[in-house]
Amino acid sequence: MRVETKRQPLPPRERLQQVFDIQDLTAIYGSKPALKDVSMGVYRNLVTAVIGPSGCGKSTFIRCLNRMNDLVPGFRQTGTIRYHGQDIAAKDVDPVAVRRTIGMVFQRPNPFPKSIFDNVAWGLRVLGMKDNLPERVERALTQAALWDEVKDRLKASALSLSGGQQQRLCIARAIAVEPDVVLMDEPASALDPIATQAIELLLHELKSEYSFVIVTHNMQQAARVADMTAFFSISRGEEGDRWGELIEYDSTEKIFTAPSDKRTEDYVTGRFG
Amino acid sequence: MSTLDATGEAARRPFPGRRVRTGDVLLQGVAGLAALGAVVLLGLIAYKIVDGARLSLSTFGLGFLTHVGWDPVHSRFGAGGFLFGTAVTSIGALLLATPLALGIALFLTELAPRWIRGPVTALVETLAAIPSVVIGLWGILVLGPVLHDHVMPALHSTLGFIPLFGPSTTGSTIFTAILVLTIMILPIVSSISRELFVGVPPELKEAALGLGTTRWEMVRGVVLPYTRGGVAAAMILGLGRAVGEAIAVAQVSGAFNNGISWNLFSSGNTLAAQIALEYQSAETNLDVSSLFYLGLILLVFSLVVNLLARVVVRRGARRQGVLAR
Amino acid sequence: MSAADVSALQRPNDRLRRRRVVNRGMELLAWLAGALGVAILGVVVWSVAKRGASELNLDLLTKAPVPFAIGNVKQGLANAFVGSLVLVGLATAMALPFGILVAIYVNEFAPRAVRNGVGLVLDVLNGVPGIVVGIFVFGLVVVSHGQSAYAGAIALAVLMLPLVARATIEVLALVPNTLREASLALGVPRWRTTLGIVLPQTVGGIVTGTMLAVARVAGETAPLLFTCSLAGTSIDSNPGHALQTIPVAIFELSESADPADHARAWAAALVLLLFILFSSLTARWLAARSRRKLGRAT
Repeated sequence: MRVETKRQPLPPRERLQQVFDIQDLTAIYGSKPALKDVSMGVYRNLVTAVIGPSGCGKSTFIRCLNRMNDLVPGFRQTGTIRYHGQDIAAKDVDPVAVRRTIGMVFQRPNPFPKSIFDNVAWGLRVLGMKDNLPERVERALTQAALWDEVKDRLKASALSLSGGQQQRLCIARAIAVEPDVVLMDEPASALDPIATQAIELLLHELKSEYSFVIVTHNMQQAARVADMTAFFSISRGEEGDRWGELIEYDSTEKIFTAPSDKRTEDYVTGRFG
Repeated sequence: MSTLDATGEAARRPFPGRRVRTGDVLLQGVAGLAALGAVVLLGLIAYKIVDGARLSLSTFGLGFLTHVGWDPVHSRFGAGGFLFGTAVTSIGALLLATPLALGIALFLTELAPRWIRGPVTALVETLAAIPSVVIGLWGILVLGPVLHDHVMPALHSTLGFIPLFGPSTTGSTIFTAILVLTIMILPIVSSISRELFVGVPPELKEAALGLGTTRWEMVRGVVLPYTRGGVAAAMILGLGRAVGEAIAVAQVSGAFNNGISWNLFSSGNTLAAQIALEYQSAETNLDVSSLFYLGLILLVFSLVVNLLARVVVRRGARRQGVLAR
Repeated sequence: MSAADVSALQRPNDRLRRRRVVNRGMELLAWLAGALGVAILGVVVWSVAKRGASELNLDLLTKAPVPFAIGNVKQGLANAFVGSLVLVGLATAMALPFGILVAIYVNEFAPRAVRNGVGLVLDVLNGVPGIVVGIFVFGLVVVSHGQSAYAGAIALAVLMLPLVARATIEVLALVPNTLREASLALGVPRWRTTLGIVLPQTVGGIVTGTMLAVARVAGETAPLLFTCSLAGTSIDSNPGHALQTIPVAIFELSESADPADHARAWAAALVLLLFILFSSLTARWLAARSRRKLGRAT
């Protein structure tokens, strides 16, 4: 069940264009910090994986990137997240505009209780991309490798699809509105191997057009799909409090073959977590 | 195994045959009788109302439903005017209460700061606990005069070209009844809607917001379609409440028995209020029987409302059951 | 994607601006709706409190009304308070055991289909308008025996029954099955398990449900007009007689042309309102507390 894909060598760092420049990001729920002092860059047209044990704040991290955490009561963050140089957490930035540019696919498939077609078309309509609606829907479904399976029943309820198909529909929904970055929060955790494989293939196909950040607890998956990998882990304070921290961030190859931090090595070799 | 007592029988055979326990039979019997009693009670209500209406039914037949006027002197009775008044007041109240209730429910589920939600929810639901006679008292002595002195003249002078907003002569009008009924059904519709909105899966809301939609677009695209069936059922139940409300309407509607007017600023009457108002004056058998006839219409309507709300909810649930798969 | 898109985050295009305005507008309307909902309650309660407080004195609770009073006669509505107590007490005595038994049958014994059927009947009963219940009891009792507190109490009990039964069914359903199994596994027979183990768990819920039902029927007027309204003015507690009640008194006084009658109506409304608000808020508070406790236990 392995996806064999040829890993292209990473271009040299200076040729990479930075999408996100994250500095000292600390995220706090209520009074508990979930994540402390994360600094890293996310690059264009790459797949960036975020791995780490559960509770290490990787979901919190990715949800900071399109301000989904704004919806969580009691959430605060400090530090800066620059998107093409602009601080997206700034007061005068509209979170709606941020999410429109930086899309998201969630852990559990969450199609709307609408038809397959309307699931993809709804966002397009609301966002005013109403020209060539059927073509746009078809293109998104094709990119998400779902078109052939659903083209004859676009009017059917999205809920009649299998879990894997639903998740691909959610990906189609996210890319149909042509975001710049697609964030994926453990998109394959609830799926069977075939659906997972389809999603991984799709990342390879689409990364020339988009930039992806994918959170996964599955190291093999990170190794297969990601160009860059960030390893997060849990740190503990003196009073028993715990928070997530970025331990190491490098090319996937380096993280999995020659990590420079002992904790990364322990994790990727399976000695921890 | 409680039968494993010291008798010789039990010692030889640890599991004696099934024993019928008096206590079990008694409790099940008494409780079952009570449940049967509830069913019989409903049947008895229906029977007694039909029985009471028999004389009027045989005298006026279905013509009762369309005849306008209530004339004890000539023993000529009809529900037409009251049906009209009931329809206008309850539909008017529903039209006012529904958007307001949905607004309250959205406020409570999507907008209000956390600490406000509990208290405001409790306050709005407390409105439902205020007895109708108190709301009616307020309606006739406070709301009515204010409407008559300020609101109705203003509406008449600006919107008077619409026949609904005619001249007003009193504070006890159909319009007053509509407002009082709005207040009375508001908490029902808003509290059911609030519960429905709370039940919308957060994943769906996030999916919409993650696409870059505004909160209102998310509500329109996800929350409202998802809860459509339930909101419809809430409206039906609110309508049922408005139709069945007797006292407050009797107090504020002006008790006008003999005609139909499209002017909301004139007096009117409803089925339920008419029964309430006649409690002392019904003298002959036909008078009383005609009141039972009005009651029969209300009873049938309340049955239909309940069953309809159930069907709507079930259909919605089935649709969402498919969803959950 | 390029710099142009980045600037879009800060300087939105017309479309986004329009969408944002619509969103703001809708949010504003929802805020207003929330404020209006609370304001309506405030206005009604304030009106009653302001007008009722001045007339609220001991005479109201202790003195009977004086018919055809001339001048400044001290009078109250003591007969109505006594009557309401008698009626609500009788109604509770009828509806409470009845409702609990219905709930026990539905939750502990009934097969599924029967359970749904009885549930439907309770819902329909709950939806029957109070005025219809009134004429039902009129036809059932009053036609042959005349008006009495018994007749009025029966009408109120019909309204209470579905409320009490529903509330009890809800709490019975919350009792964990493991508890029933634990008792049955000890060899305790079913009826003792139900009455000795299951029911005591639900006392709190039944009490709050009953309080809410009492608060509801204490203010009911419609079912009493045909069953228990032609009452005298003396203080009486004989349930064989038609007794005056607070809601009926308010109804009659509100239709009066005499401002002094209005004043007494406001005062009675204030007492009624205080009683109802107190008992329904207490019931709510108790319910929330016991739910929290249950939540912690499981």
